[in-house]
Amino acid sequence: MSVHIKTRGGVGESIRRIDGQPKVLGQFEYASDLHRDNMLWGETLRSPHPHAWIRSIDVSAAQSSPGVRAVITGADVPGRKTFGLDVQDQPVLAFEKVRYMGEAVAVVAAEQREQAREALKRIAVAYEELPALSDPERALEADAPKLHGHGNNIIRTLKILHGDPDAKADVWVEGYYETGMQDQAPLGPEAGLAIPAEDGGVDLYVATQWLHVDQEQIAPCLDLPLDKVRLHLSGVGGAFGAREDLSMHIHACLLALKTGRPVKIVYGRQESFHGHVHRHPFRIWMRHGATRDGRLVNIQARLLADGGAYTSTSGPVIGNATTFAAGPYEVPNARLEGTAVYTNNLPCGAMRGFGAVQACVAFEGQMDKLATRLGMDPIELRLKNAMKTGSVMPTGQPIHGSAPVAELLSRAAAMPMPASEPPLDRDPMRLPGGAGNVGHGEAIKSGTGIALGYKNLGYSEGFDDSSEARVRLLREHSAPVAHVKTAGVEVGQGLNTIITQIARTELGVERVVLDPADTAIGSAGSSSASRQTMMTGGAVQLACQAVREQLDQLGGLANLDHPLEATRVYHHRVTRKLDENGQGDPHVTFAFAAARAVVEVDTDLGLVRVVQLGVVQDVGKALNPESVIGQIEGGSAQGLGLALMEEIELKDSKVRNASFTDYLMPTILDMPTVVSGLVEEPEPGVPFGAKGVGELSTVVVPAAILAALRQATGRDLYRVPVKPDDLIGLRTSPGYRRPPP
Amino acid sequence: MVVRVHVNGDWREAEIWPGTSLLSMLRDDLGLYGSKNACEQGECGSCSVWLDGDLVCACLVLAAQAHGREVRTVESLSPGASIHAVQEAFDEAGAVQCGFCTPGFIVAVADLLAKDPSPTEVTIREALSGNLCRCTGYEKILDAVKLAASRLQQSAP
Repeated sequence: MSVHIKTRGGVGESIRRIDGQPKVLGQFEYASDLHRDNMLWGETLRSPHPHAWIRSIDVSAAQSSPGVRAVITGADVPGRKTFGLDVQDQPVLAFEKVRYMGEAVAVVAAEQREQAREALKRIAVAYEELPALSDPERALEADAPKLHGHGNNIIRTLKILHGDPDAKADVWVEGYYETGMQDQAPLGPEAGLAIPAEDGGVDLYVATQWLHVDQEQIAPCLDLPLDKVRLHLSGVGGAFGAREDLSMHIHACLLALKTGRPVKIVYGRQESFHGHVHRHPFRIWMRHGATRDGRLVNIQARLLADGGAYTSTSGPVIGNATTFAAGPYEVPNARLEGTAVYTNNLPCGAMRGFGAVQACVAFEGQMDKLATRLGMDPIELRLKNAMKTGSVMPTGQPIHGSAPVAELLSRAAAMPMPASEPPLDRDPMRLPGGAGNVGHGEAIKSGTGIALGYKNLGYSEGFDDSSEARVRLLREHSAPVAHVKTAGVEVGQGLNTIITQIARTELGVERVVLDPADTAIGSAGSSSASRQTMMTGGAVQLACQAVREQLDQLGGLANLDHPLEATRVYHHRVTRKLDENGQGDPHVTFAFAAARAVVEVDTDLGLVRVVQLGVVQDVGKALNPESVIGQIEGGSAQGLGLALMEEIELKDSKVRNASFTDYLMPTILDMPTVVSGLVEEPEPGVPFGAKGVGELSTVVVPAAILAALRQATGRDLYRVPVKPDDLIGLRTSPGYRRPPP
Repeated sequence: MVVRVHVNGDWREAEIWPGTSLLSMLRDDLGLYGSKNACEQGECGSCSVWLDGDLVCACLVLAAQAHGREVRTVESLSPGASIHAVQEAFDEAGAVQCGFCTPGFIVAVADLLAKDPSPTEVTIREALSGNLCRCTGYEKILDAVKLAASRLQQSAP
């Protein structure tokens, strides 16, 4: 057993980000900053219709347009015509049909960007419009148009049967809930630069979340072997799930290979709204049965996710939402049914929280309803049913790891309340409506809400997930230096800093250099699912330990006279798929969180001020505490956005607000103080006992804000984002309507 | 058309298409990539620069409008190997995650502190309400502004 000498800047310290300095100086190179001499600009023609036949495409005028070097349509794709993370059903460039507004139809490369844009206008596409399938319930009906020709519009449906799903209860409450389509809106747009190589292959520098899964999808479409398609990570300006699916990747490679020149593609903001997947809108029906003294007896849930036009990650998203639909509570009996369907809406896929967010809005709404029905304190009701280590999920999977649910809730509830301020003599900046100076505090009501939630860490349902790291320890200018290489993607979450801290702690060496992330090493898996600290952190730890053993044999750092190197792959424990009754062992492990929201509502104007958010999160062990708090605060802001303002508005599957003017996100005026609390109970079996921390605040904050707004207004708010109309009674809950058959 | 702009202390010129924004000229013609393009509508502040000393979104200014005028970008704040107090504070306070919004925030904060060396929290929030950050939730950005203000005041003569 090796003894760890405490090294400065190791795990547990809140060291600064290793990329902080270049980022504050404006010197950090993002994908949209890439450039080469002799570079062409690529632009994309997109469908104005959500659903149409493509009868013909005439590119002749575009090809002779000034500066144009290539025009490519679906007919020119040399290899497989479609791509996709799970099912390869999305056309590289639409052929025969378009299935959502903004679907890519053709791409152009030209000497100047403006020339490429002008050429797009000269491509003549003859569309024959079809009615759009816009409603996910309509998609289930037998006579609905079948968007992909086959059987039905169902992407995935699953049913979890637990205990006696028909068990009787003393008391029942029922509710219907909706969540809107949220955009990840990373500030860095989709961007990359493809450079043709002498060997007939291509090098793509790109902002992504997972280099190898991109490579696996790109190469068959280019009709090239994997080793001829080399991906290199460029600077990533945020991701939040939006970069799990391909965007400009194949297009830039096709144009580069056709022209023999480097091709850069950068999406504009409007284009970005159409160019990546979004958070699934959900419709959720739930019935909770309990004993009179407040023990959950039976939960019935039906969840319907709008997957949009193509499959993307709809399968795992509905899997997550359904397996978490009962919340972090012990319940002996349940029937949980989830379905994701195709529509002609924008394709939906990964976003921070990945199905757990939408489920939490519903099950926490139910817990508050149940508390009201029973005349119980909502915190007491939750404590009475809270999961703990050893509790069993409705899938039959026991919670083996740490599950400090009661402590999270108690700490969130006990956080100091914000100082109360009389509304009438306040600076209007501190009233709902704020800088708009619209109200003067006459009709202010306050509310406080609590939410609990949980989510899986890592990929689930039998996915063989791994990450590879190579560590090389050598002497440079007489000092020992560790070089670490992985394909792990730094999206802003702080992975590279954590890798550095782990290497310092394991090797006892202060100087750590990270080599560029690319496909020259094995896959690191995705920077998603709160998994990279565990997976790539775990791989770096294993590789460092192997080097450390070699070093110990040499007799320590003093005898380091030749480079030592080790490559290791980290696997998490094996998970299993669900059986036909939804039983199994699908998740690696879990993290839990509690949130408390304090709000004020101007009940005349329907305006909201969130006064304070408190989030207490189960983090296992904080490897960089300030960075963990940064994740909690940032995730809270995206949760507040979903609760109050963020929604892609669709009318007949057409997007109405694809810009930052019309799609509202929290500004610094909208965000309250976020009080973060960490519960550190090391998780057995994962490196350093550290749990992933990126998603949990986003899971619980929307439900907590919704609960606080219900308390402030007394209204049965059923949908996020909550709009002013909901708060003044112009839009009311449809009550509990029957789920579709 | 040829546009000539005094950028960060030097006269620079570029042959541009008349519809080119100042942001596009700075980035694509002059190679100053510190100012970022995230929304193209003046909503996010990622492209904040000074035009004749006024804080503007470079995406909303035509390059031709800047002809003969003085532009300062984020790159002007750290000449040589130096670092501006606002930049140091953002790094130290953990106000940077993906960092895409950071240069715009730093220009906006430097502008605020030049005008109001000890702003209240409400003033800070109002001054930065035109800058979007998608990663941090703004908490550590507020910390950074307060840290930078106190450092600048201590170092003031």
